[in-house]
Amino acid sequence: MNTAAKQFVRDATRLSADLRHRGLIQTALGKYEVKRDEMKARFHDWERARQLAADTKWEAINHLDQYLDQFVRQLEARGTKVHWASSARQARDLIRGILAARGARTVVKSKAMTAEEIHLNEDLERAGFTVVESDLGEFIVQLRQEPPYHIVFPAMHLTRGEIKDTFEARLHDAPSDTPEELTMVARRVLRQKYVEADAGITGANFAVAETGMISITENEGNARLTAALPTTMITLLGIEKIVPRLEDLALLLPLLSVAGAGQLLSGYNTLYGGPRQPGEPDGPEEYHVVLLDNGRTAYLADAEQRDALHCIRCGACLNVCPIFRNVGGHTYGTTYSGPIGSVITPNLRGLPDWKHLSYASSLCGACTETCPVKIDLAHHLLQNRRNASRVKPSWWQKLAFKLFAPVANSQFLWRWLVTKGGRVGWVFHRLVLGTRFDPAYAWTRTRDLPPIAPQTFREWWRARQNGSAEAGNGGNAAKP
Amino acid sequence: MTVTLFIPCFVDLLYPQVGMAMVRILERLGHRVVCPESPACCGQPAFNTGYWDESRAVAAKVVDQLKSAEVVVIASGSCGAMMKVFYPDLFAGTPLEATARAVASRCFEFSQFLVDRLGVTDLGARFPHKVTYHDGCHSLREMHIHAAPRKLMASVRDLELIEMRQPVCCGFGGTFSAKFPMISTAMGEVKCDAALETKAEYIVSSDSSCLMHLQGLIDRRKLPLKTIHLAEILAAS
Repeated sequence: MNTAAKQFVRDATRLSADLRHRGLIQTALGKYEVKRDEMKARFHDWERARQLAADTKWEAINHLDQYLDQFVRQLEARGTKVHWASSARQARDLIRGILAARGARTVVKSKAMTAEEIHLNEDLERAGFTVVESDLGEFIVQLRQEPPYHIVFPAMHLTRGEIKDTFEARLHDAPSDTPEELTMVARRVLRQKYVEADAGITGANFAVAETGMISITENEGNARLTAALPTTMITLLGIEKIVPRLEDLALLLPLLSVAGAGQLLSGYNTLYGGPRQPGEPDGPEEYHVVLLDNGRTAYLADAEQRDALHCIRCGACLNVCPIFRNVGGHTYGTTYSGPIGSVITPNLRGLPDWKHLSYASSLCGACTETCPVKIDLAHHLLQNRRNASRVKPSWWQKLAFKLFAPVANSQFLWRWLVTKGGRVGWVFHRLVLGTRFDPAYAWTRTRDLPPIAPQTFREWWRARQNGSAEAGNGGNAAKP
Repeated sequence: MTVTLFIPCFVDLLYPQVGMAMVRILERLGHRVVCPESPACCGQPAFNTGYWDESRAVAAKVVDQLKSAEVVVIASGSCGAMMKVFYPDLFAGTPLEATARAVASRCFEFSQFLVDRLGVTDLGARFPHKVTYHDGCHSLREMHIHAAPRKLMASVRDLELIEMRQPVCCGFGGTFSAKFPMISTAMGEVKCDAALETKAEYIVSSDSSCLMHLQGLIDRRKLPLKTIHLAEILAAS
């Protein structure tokens, strides 16, 4: 097992047995489910809305070249400087270059998973810049020097007591553990930072090709302050964020909030179209847009999984995923966690190192069922497994499945080897059941295992066909 | 009609009473039942693990055995999904693709067959217990079966169905349960907690594999719950 897989198994083992963590996450996401269902019911037809959204993103992704071109031309027409970054390193270099050219020292940032993806904060801090996260959840995890726990709810794993302790330790200011008072502390600190900051960095939820505008969704107004107060604004976004038309937002904005947070519409939905224009009273002097590829073009070439680029990063698949709900966001060790992370990470960062994420799923399909843009997530996990076994097969699994085929296909072998052999094996198995010597220890450590029935179905069926008296129930289930 | 009943490996070996109940019900409804003795597996374990070539070695025999069947009834929603939904993917671009698709189009999970194909909901069964129903994920999300088992349960005398809050996976997931036993176990515990919350005596399902996982946890943790396959309830009188 490689390092990433070992870390995953270690953390998953610890957290799936952590009842406090389980309670916290199950409760929070249970509440989310209630709100989400309430809001879904306010749509005239939620399923049709999903299909429309999927069609819109399909159109954008399958004509990305044209829409990107249109988007960039519109942005440049109003004086925005557009940069193309093919890799994470190039994006970091570009952003550092922009900041250096502007003589910036302090940067305020609103929430951007793309920035997490390229590890922007660490890079800027190493280069001597001060970076402050302005989203409350991101602010909290930044104080704790942790990555975000969830795409949308970065600090959902923390109790207010833990947040109070964090504020006390890092800001020396935590009057109580009430959310209101803690928010006021963050607000006081952050307001000062907005005024001091030389540059603001944001992400984007959508990029409207038709008008050349960036759409940002938030609940705290922090992205608006990040964009409005500093003299330089930088937006970093993946090229897949494109939507063709402004009117597409009429569907996508509520869909994003409902699916992701169980909110009909987020508090602030703002469009940014360029730097301050002549005669305008506010806005940045300079506006830079950095378009990030970082593996997306290669993804686009894969017709089977291209729809993964539809993702609007709402987090809905994380919220419903029973794996995520038991192991938590940090366990994945990736920027994008949950089902979408388990689908795209092995493709973006290499199957051999990350395939374990595609295997760490019961394939229950809750993700596919909930995805507001209808990405076929569960089936993509299967395709990743198929691709992984082609790239680097595990010899013992391959052998086991190779040997299984003739056994399952042969009446004789099934009868003698599996059925009768299994009964004999059970006699010995019982001796080591649930101990370290048990070959089925992975199962029997926490679960009982039923024995092979005294009369299997096929034995019963054969006896019945041969005209002997119908045998009774020889099964394992409890009788009523 | 002649119903070809496909009995998957774990029903054959561990829960034969489920298959027997299905045979009795189908015969009672006036159908002729045939059961191919082999293959004993649909090929899903290899398929889900990513070994599609090895899976095809088993699945090809299934397709061959079932190619002339009038209808195929599968004693598990999960194997049903394998045959109905995944065989067309598995055989895509192979000479067996058309046959696999034809077989897939004639496949039904047991409760789906009774309700949607035969139009039968009342089998005259009686089961005087409080139960909750576990939707196997493959039944629910690949086969899109939700109403059929509930319609069948609604006609069972003295059966009281109390639903769990959300349809969540039991944590089995085939080889997943052995590859990531700690996550699988935690998921099973969450599921058992949801079932306990309903105060039901039984967890009913159309998937013996889910029930094997849950019963394994119930036995180990000595929980006040029992599991039973829907077909066993329907065969009871």
